[in-house]
Amino acid sequence: MKRCSWGRYPSAEQSIYAPAWAPQLTDPFFLNQFKDPNSAINSGLKSTVLPYGNGRSYGDVCLNSSGVMLDISHLDNVISFDAERGVITAEAGITLRQILKIIVPHGWFLPVTPGTSWVTLGGAIANDVHGKNHHRAGTFGNHIESLELLRLGTTSTVSPTINAELFQATVAGLGLTGIILSATLKLIPIANHRIEGESIRFESLEEFFELSSASDAEFEYTVAWLDCLWSKGVRGHFMRGNHASKSNLPTLKPWSPRWELATVPCDVPGIFVKPWTMHCFNFAYYNKQRAKVAKINQSFEPFFYPLDIVSNWNKLYGANGFFQFQCVVPHAAGEPGIRAVIEAARLSGAGSFLAVLKEFGSAVSSPGMLSFPRPGYTLCLDFANQGAETIKLMQRLEQIVIKNGGALYAAKDALMSAESFASSYPRAAEFASYIEPGFSSDFWKRVYK
Amino acid sequence: MKKIIIFGATSAIAQACARIWAAGGTEFVLCARDEARLQIVATDLKGRGAANVSTAIFTAESVESCTNSALQALANGCDIALIAHGVLTDQKDCQQNSAALASDIQINFTSYAIIAEVCAKFFEQKRAGTLVLVSSVAGDRGRASNYIYGASKAAVAALASGLRGRLSKVGVNVLTVKPGFVDSPMTAHLKKGALFASTDTVGTLIVKAVESRRTVIYTPGFWRVIMGILAHVPERIFHKLPI
Repeated sequence: MKRCSWGRYPSAEQSIYAPAWAPQLTDPFFLNQFKDPNSAINSGLKSTVLPYGNGRSYGDVCLNSSGVMLDISHLDNVISFDAERGVITAEAGITLRQILKIIVPHGWFLPVTPGTSWVTLGGAIANDVHGKNHHRAGTFGNHIESLELLRLGTTSTVSPTINAELFQATVAGLGLTGIILSATLKLIPIANHRIEGESIRFESLEEFFELSSASDAEFEYTVAWLDCLWSKGVRGHFMRGNHASKSNLPTLKPWSPRWELATVPCDVPGIFVKPWTMHCFNFAYYNKQRAKVAKINQSFEPFFYPLDIVSNWNKLYGANGFFQFQCVVPHAAGEPGIRAVIEAARLSGAGSFLAVLKEFGSAVSSPGMLSFPRPGYTLCLDFANQGAETIKLMQRLEQIVIKNGGALYAAKDALMSAESFASSYPRAAEFASYIEPGFSSDFWKRVYK
Repeated sequence: MKKIIIFGATSAIAQACARIWAAGGTEFVLCARDEARLQIVATDLKGRGAANVSTAIFTAESVESCTNSALQALANGCDIALIAHGVLTDQKDCQQNSAALASDIQINFTSYAIIAEVCAKFFEQKRAGTLVLVSSVAGDRGRASNYIYGASKAAVAALASGLRGRLSKVGVNVLTVKPGFVDSPMTAHLKKGALFASTDTVGTLIVKAVESRRTVIYTPGFWRVIMGILAHVPERIFHKLPI
């Protein structure tokens, strides 16, 4: 069956195996199916295997052309939740959304959360995702106490202290080191479900850099939305916030999960990505906030997951899908590097609907051999796929990033060259020695030569 | 504290309902065929806030097992009983193999009737409670490709309707649930169109319907419209449709 990732480019023909129960994976019958080229799972293909969560990565890290997609999204049971200590153990297919439903009513929160709650626990580990609190908390993998890894036919516990090197390979391991069956996550306490902070308008990159360095000490969460289409340069909103304190508890209604309010039922043929629609959107979004500084006091869902309210928003980019481009440029080359990427994107005229800029801190170092976050500035852009032109642009941006000593994020990449990967992920060869025999992905085949 | 009994507790739809109920600190009795899976579900519900979870193995093919499991489960009281077990019938196999046919109907209908009768007596005496039976849109009209399954589910709907008539006099509600296509492990290999609903959606709708004492629900509701139209298509045309 044809499957694609969230960016809907590329797509890959692959057979799907979706176990309903975790013990199916450790069943000798099942394990032998992979070795038997005539089995139903392999459907006659001499193929490789790749675990797949909820398909929220953008490029091809979750794809495995003419191989087997091992869909673990139905393995989503809780194994234990200690509401006293704030520790949850669950099967890898559980989504962060489901975890939040369980933990928030008990006064706990995810230690690190990406921009969507629809990712699975296994996917969050395999891509070592990060969030708006990177400067304080590091990556998702920094908060995993331990995980159960099915590898070479046996299940073993892997943690920062047990099988430590295998842990470093598995966190950000893109699903290639075996099947993550379950994981134990340390949570952080919260007084309630609100986020308090402020949104500040800025009208230049310098202003952003100043705001960012001034905010990181006082605010747990910081991120900036950029309008890259402004005729006079770059402007945007700098958002900074903290979990609300107890003071506003008595009048507060308890949290109830937000429903998706809208859905995009089919591909929207391109009108949402034309330059004029992007200009209109960016103009309106920027001017939505009239004051220089606006207070933020909202539930955590609109703060962290603004796009989750529209299911299938990825279809707004039309049937050809879109590219995400997320890079990190080290502090040393930060300002000119980020400026050069934005300028190159602007010159191309392609324009990015959503642009996000954030500073990665150096407080906590990333745990994985292939972890993306490193100290510096991370910029995220997206471009509707308009064929060769867009691909050329992406390659140009990649060159700028690599020249400035930066790196691209595997979870959002569909095009990175093997040379770029080798120069920006120096532990790749070490990682490769931990790959489970018979496991591969389209991303890996492309970048590791 | 709410006491809930679930037959077929390892079915994806039942588990989705149970997860929602668990958050409220519910006491569960879970009945299913497979011990290992039952333990996974029980642990999951405890992690999600269930106050107490006990489990029992039951075999839907056996009349005795159905009766005994139902009686034992009811022994500690019950507010909601959900009957959700079942098997996706292999239509072609049933056309050749009478034993498979009889066994599938036993699982998908007869066992429902046996368990529902035991529950009905209990609720009648208690003069309160809700009985939920999972039927299917497949029961609204027989199709060449799965009429044995459809016939069992039609029988479940008729059973539920009759029980509702009998129990409504004593304030007991009987809810018939007719799910459409559900995105579950069973359908992982199919391409998901707009008609597919997640088990979470179906579970949420069932839990709401129990609270608001609905009688017959389609999950999601648009299936009522689809089946309403299909029910009125003349036979000669219906069997030429590509469904």
